[in-house]
Amino acid sequence: MSPSTLQAPEIAMRPALRFITCGSVDDGKSTLIGRLLYERQLILDDQLSALERDSRRHGTAGEGVDFSLLLDGLEAEREQGITIDVAYRYFATARRSFIVADTPGHEQYTRNMVTGASNADLAVLLVDARKGLLDQTRRHAIIAAMLGIRHMVLAVNKIDLVDFDRAVFERIVAAFNDFAATLGFRTITAIPLSARFGDNVAERSQRTPWYAGPPLIDLLEQIDVEDDRSGKPFRMPVQWVNRPDASFRGFCGTIVSGAVKAGDEIVVLPSGRVTTVKEVLAPGADGKAETGDSVTLTLTEETDVARGDMLAAPRARPQVADQFAAHIVWMSPEALLPGRSYLMKVNHNSVLATVTDLKHRVDIQTLARLAAKTLSLNEVGVCNLSVARPIAVDAYADNRDTGGFVLIDRYSNETVAAGMIDFALRRATNIHRHAYTVNKAFRTALMHHKPAVLWFTGLPGSGKSTIANLVESGLHARGAHTMLLDGDNVRHGLNNDLGFTEADRVENIRRVAEVAKLMTEAGLIVLCSFISPFAAERRLAREMVQTGEFIEIFVDTPLEMCIVRDPKGLYRRALAGEIANFTGIGQPYERPEVPELHLLTPDRDPAQLAQDVIDELIRMKIL
Amino acid sequence: MSVSTSPLTWRDQNIRLRRLEAEAIFILREAVAEFANPVMLYSIGKDSSAMLHLALKAFAPARPPFPLLHVDTTWKFREMIAFRDETAARLGMDLLVHVNEEGLKRGVSPVVSGSSLHTQVMKTEALRQALEKHRFDVAFGGARRDEEKSRAKERIFSHRSASHAWDPRNQRPELWRVFNTRIRPGESMRVFPLSNWTEFDVWDYIRAEEIPVVPLYFAKERPVVTRDGALIVVDDNRLPLEDGETPQMMRVRFRTLGCYPLTGAIRSDADTLDAVIAEMRSAASSERQGRVIDRDEAASMERKKREGYF
Repeated sequence: MSPSTLQAPEIAMRPALRFITCGSVDDGKSTLIGRLLYERQLILDDQLSALERDSRRHGTAGEGVDFSLLLDGLEAEREQGITIDVAYRYFATARRSFIVADTPGHEQYTRNMVTGASNADLAVLLVDARKGLLDQTRRHAIIAAMLGIRHMVLAVNKIDLVDFDRAVFERIVAAFNDFAATLGFRTITAIPLSARFGDNVAERSQRTPWYAGPPLIDLLEQIDVEDDRSGKPFRMPVQWVNRPDASFRGFCGTIVSGAVKAGDEIVVLPSGRVTTVKEVLAPGADGKAETGDSVTLTLTEETDVARGDMLAAPRARPQVADQFAAHIVWMSPEALLPGRSYLMKVNHNSVLATVTDLKHRVDIQTLARLAAKTLSLNEVGVCNLSVARPIAVDAYADNRDTGGFVLIDRYSNETVAAGMIDFALRRATNIHRHAYTVNKAFRTALMHHKPAVLWFTGLPGSGKSTIANLVESGLHARGAHTMLLDGDNVRHGLNNDLGFTEADRVENIRRVAEVAKLMTEAGLIVLCSFISPFAAERRLAREMVQTGEFIEIFVDTPLEMCIVRDPKGLYRRALAGEIANFTGIGQPYERPEVPELHLLTPDRDPAQLAQDVIDELIRMKIL
Repeated sequence: MSVSTSPLTWRDQNIRLRRLEAEAIFILREAVAEFANPVMLYSIGKDSSAMLHLALKAFAPARPPFPLLHVDTTWKFREMIAFRDETAARLGMDLLVHVNEEGLKRGVSPVVSGSSLHTQVMKTEALRQALEKHRFDVAFGGARRDEEKSRAKERIFSHRSASHAWDPRNQRPELWRVFNTRIRPGESMRVFPLSNWTEFDVWDYIRAEEIPVVPLYFAKERPVVTRDGALIVVDDNRLPLEDGETPQMMRVRFRTLGCYPLTGAIRSDADTLDAVIAEMRSAASSERQGRVIDRDEAASMERKKREGYF
């Protein structure tokens, strides 16, 4: 590079081109990037000598330099000779700067490929000329398309190993075009190349005289990937409110589409309040800012705006809803459970979200729709989601920033899914609650107690139902209005379509919690006696009712004692392998960490324990 | 309000750098919005200078809502310390300086203990001490992915366990600009606003924004001894000279700054920002070449980071 290249207008006037390399294992992704850097003399002396040293130690290219070692930066990767995680490399030619994400080819690391694709505008998909399209090739093409990549370069690699045969190349290209026709790529460019020897990487190869297109670097330098977000309506998710003192209130965020200037009318969502921009403050801003700028806006009137709100053009608003249809890519070894509540991070909101309906799984080799009750690691599904409060979003196809979200497990804090919003569900906005005259407070006023949910949880045979029965008798004797829900009266009716898999157990509890909630609105004390092995679902039930109304009662009986008691003979059958998914034997029981009441059954008899529960209700002023 | 027609600025001509600036500001704001007790690791070098400048922009007109933390090994160049104190005072930023007193008492130093042990005790352990002492839950660092191979794999929001360890094989997926900032009590996050910047970008930005940097980056006659091929500037009389070793005056400058006995200078005449940038663009080796600590062992950076190094 000459000293002046970075000031040359051509390279500075465009943001860096972000692209990924993908494709099956051993198709030469890392080698290709290494070759790109090498061809442009972008590997510096000390890096090259380190590379030569590493090649002798871990390399797989025989005597030659193994370029993949430039990128496989983790010890485990060099030892195993594979790419595990995304590596980012930065390079520039005289004409353009690039950020390339080298993504793993192994199926087990698909989630890392998704990560790389989420910020890329172009994909270089490698195919081994000898092998043609593989399952993983198709997976990566589909994932790239789904994540919104619109420009595809099909790099038919190792063309030297098929004697630079034009027919082989054309067969692969025809097969790919056929396959990709419905994926919505705006451009597909196929190049025959050899990453190892450099054919058609930087220069047109003499050995493929039949190929008339550009070498890879020329193509990357020239291609236009702008999606013209600047021409779309103004959107700015509010990231932070800047209030150094009472005299200044600025709303900070990054403009994800459109432009803004002082005097513009904007709408604050979800509140719907329309107001006017007073000042646009940003580095170098002169009263206006455009897509991609991080800015601070002040408004002409005092307006309630918080992190998570969206500022938008009033005449072209994003959708505001609490239910959405979306594609999700599952990224956790623990399967998706419809009905379980996850934390959704979207447009600077962290909001509780539940997959209400998993419509189908997408086979990412064929795009076929498969029936599914759950999603496992690296699987893709289409679902409906419900969130705890309305939020403003766009369809992912319109805007990757305002339509993309992640789901986070509330216990492990792991990112468990990446999601792309397809559309907001209208039914969410059309079901308006009718304001009835008689409400919960009116109904409760007729009772001599407050409504509550007494949630008995514990292993099978721990004595939950025995104690719940005694508590209800005691409450009834005191004139309290009660109802008892347990597996017997629920599983035979309301939930007779559910089995005992993890997913069905979650749905079982969700429905019970909904019924219990309705009953508290009727003013009742509801006794729920369920094994309810998962902390997440107990928490879901807790969060459905008002604070203080949920009393978790842990009936704590050691497993050995439950096995000895075995009132229904179920442990005997489970231990004999006749019952799958039996809590305590084949399926774990997550002990409550801080229940309102912890009943240690071995020490006291059931009548005493039932009295403890009633005493606690008196202490809590429910009775 | 009318839109004035002011002359073009660098931001109209360098979209690439303008986007990097916006991205860094976005990252800084996101961490401040999501965490309770942030801190900025300030190492006095060019990357820290750029990062601090970005923080001033991100939170203006307020001052950045966090202190600066310098982990001082006591072996930094004197000019670095002077620059540090002057910068904090000029900007009105709170500056915390932490030294591993325990390590000092044990006599750990780069000249007697070797670079590995010195780095471990006076940098990695010292950093952990400082983070724990103040209970910071998020720390900004000026590291860039183009510096080194294991950094190239690291997330922008990089999760650390309660013992400050990085688990490179089990990083959270990081999609779009949606960052998972959830941590448990005791855990923390390291956040790198300059992740996507290159060394060129940092210098371009320093020039465009006229950001002050330590004078050591510019060529000057300095007293130098040559060791293992590295040019070591004798910054004070704590560096034991070997028999027959006398410092020579040489015109040198630094591409990267650290503890003076561990940081190699380069021969150079570049004594202005433009000259430094021109020289770097024609350079044939990377900036970390001058760092003795990285060459100690293969994969040394990954190991250090797993132990809690930045």
